[in-house]
Amino acid sequence: MVSASNVVKFFGKKKVVQDVSIRIEKGKITSLIGPNGAGKSTLLSIVSRLITSDEGEVKIDELDIAKCRGNELAKKISILKQANHMTLKLTVRELVSFGRFPYSQGKLTAEDERYVDEAISYMQLADLEDSYLDELSGGQKQRAFLAMVIAQDTEYILLDEPLNNLDMKHAVQMMKVLRRLVDELGKTVVIVIHDINFASCYSDNIIAMKNGRVVREGTVHDIIKPCVLKEIYDMDINIEDINENKICVYYA
Amino acid sequence: MSKQVFDGEKKLLFFLEYSENNYHFHLKESRVPIMKKRYLASALVLFAVGSLFVGVSSISPMDLLDLSEEQLHVLWNSRLPRLMSILLAGAGMSVCGLIMQQLSRNKFVSPTTAGTMDSARLGVLVSLMLFTSASPLVKMSVAFLFALLGTFIFMKILDRIKFKDVIFVPLVGLMFGNIISSITTFFAYERDLIQNMSAWMQGDFSLIVTGRYELMFLSIPFMIAAYIFANKFTIAGMGEDFAVSLGLKYRTVVNTGLVLVAFVTSSVLLTVGMIPFLGLIVPNIVSIYQGDNLKKNLPHTAMLGALFVLVCDILGRMIIYPYELPINLTVGVLGSGIFAWLLIRRRSREA
Repeated sequence: MVSASNVVKFFGKKKVVQDVSIRIEKGKITSLIGPNGAGKSTLLSIVSRLITSDEGEVKIDELDIAKCRGNELAKKISILKQANHMTLKLTVRELVSFGRFPYSQGKLTAEDERYVDEAISYMQLADLEDSYLDELSGGQKQRAFLAMVIAQDTEYILLDEPLNNLDMKHAVQMMKVLRRLVDELGKTVVIVIHDINFASCYSDNIIAMKNGRVVREGTVHDIIKPCVLKEIYDMDINIEDINENKICVYYA
Repeated sequence: MSKQVFDGEKKLLFFLEYSENNYHFHLKESRVPIMKKRYLASALVLFAVGSLFVGVSSISPMDLLDLSEEQLHVLWNSRLPRLMSILLAGAGMSVCGLIMQQLSRNKFVSPTTAGTMDSARLGVLVSLMLFTSASPLVKMSVAFLFALLGTFIFMKILDRIKFKDVIFVPLVGLMFGNIISSITTFFAYERDLIQNMSAWMQGDFSLIVTGRYELMFLSIPFMIAAYIFANKFTIAGMGEDFAVSLGLKYRTVVNTGLVLVAFVTSSVLLTVGMIPFLGLIVPNIVSIYQGDNLKKNLPHTAMLGALFVLVCDILGRMIIYPYELPINLTVGVLGSGIFAWLLIRRRSREA
């Protein structure tokens, strides 16, 4: 389990995360939702130790991330950020192989190669494994990065807006893969996501943030309600049950 | 899985996916055939051996069997040191460029476009001012410290720049280098050291003889270290977020890279002098034909860099024989041509 307690983060004088405490349940998809500037991405970066908090602590399976060695943490938790536009010209296979770095430090063993093969076939990239990343479409690139994270074989996978720049088809594909990672491989996935309907259809738990604070947390059923969403987004949102999914209608 | 059966279908699917996203032009773009390492190596050996027989005092391969004392002297004390320094300088500067480009995540950053060379020169000046007859090792140590500091400052500036345009970053580097260079020139004039300093401005292989270049051998262990660290540099080149997520000590790796670069650069500056463009074009050419995986690229970059300088030097020795064109001129002319081509190519791909 990942838990953050009393986390505070300043950017300059602005408090972007204010005294946040959350617990992330194992073996579930947890979505972080909320309006722009709510501090979701910052919180995700703190939990994944990309940035350090000014106050509070983050524990992963009872290990304090501030005291843990980077390499050990890299075997437990991985993060894929939205700003991951990479300029390096690597082949898909090279990229995925770097996912094994925490284990191999670059010298791939036969076992590492097996993980790489599995990750590539899991993301259906076998035909593209020798292509360079800059030759791929946005959806394929995103799949390649996720394959790298899968090869890293961490229990916790954190993703910052994984659907950014993806069309509907690829967005659905991505969410289905995340669902499979949880259901088939027992991973714990945390995502920052703007599309409330993807959060509603694919996640187990939702944590809603606003102005640097957690305003609500709970299961999809607890959160996807007109009164709760009104509190989060300051707008009236109708909720329709369509094919057993709760769909928010807020376009008009 | 019955891969064979689905192959045709899959290809069709991929084609559709490509064209759907207007990516189909990638299919037409033919991959540059992989340049084989052994071709590069054999070309290098060929030119290296050939270069031993180019020069004012004539030595032909036939003479090898029966060398006169003078010929032996020329070969041993001039031609061979020259060859060694060319190979080391070419390989060293190219490897430095490669590392800097990965760490700064910019294809146009190199020791000559990020102030590293200029800072090293300032270091040489300072060592001349402080210890009038400094030994080469002292000069080199001071140059190394300055090069390290200069490159470090450049990387710090880079961190602060919000607008990280591919061309803007090296422009900042060039400006930074020019500021340092003008400081050097100012103090060199004031202390009447300008003549002394100009020796370190122009790359020159013609003065290399036994006893004047051995310092360069110190760069060999650093290049080996670069190879050992190659995977870490590549991960650092993916960006800090990736690097931390993969458990890399990002800052430590970047700093290690800067130390390697500063050391090799100052060893080249002190023995051969400044060679422009090298760290810029050689890694870029290698990257075009085989991507950015450093471990894979380092041997290619080192060999291609050595080969490029060697060919330029042989040309320089032959064009106005028995006189010599300075290496700066030949590398500069060929280099700027290739550099312009790289820029145009990049622009047209982005458009």
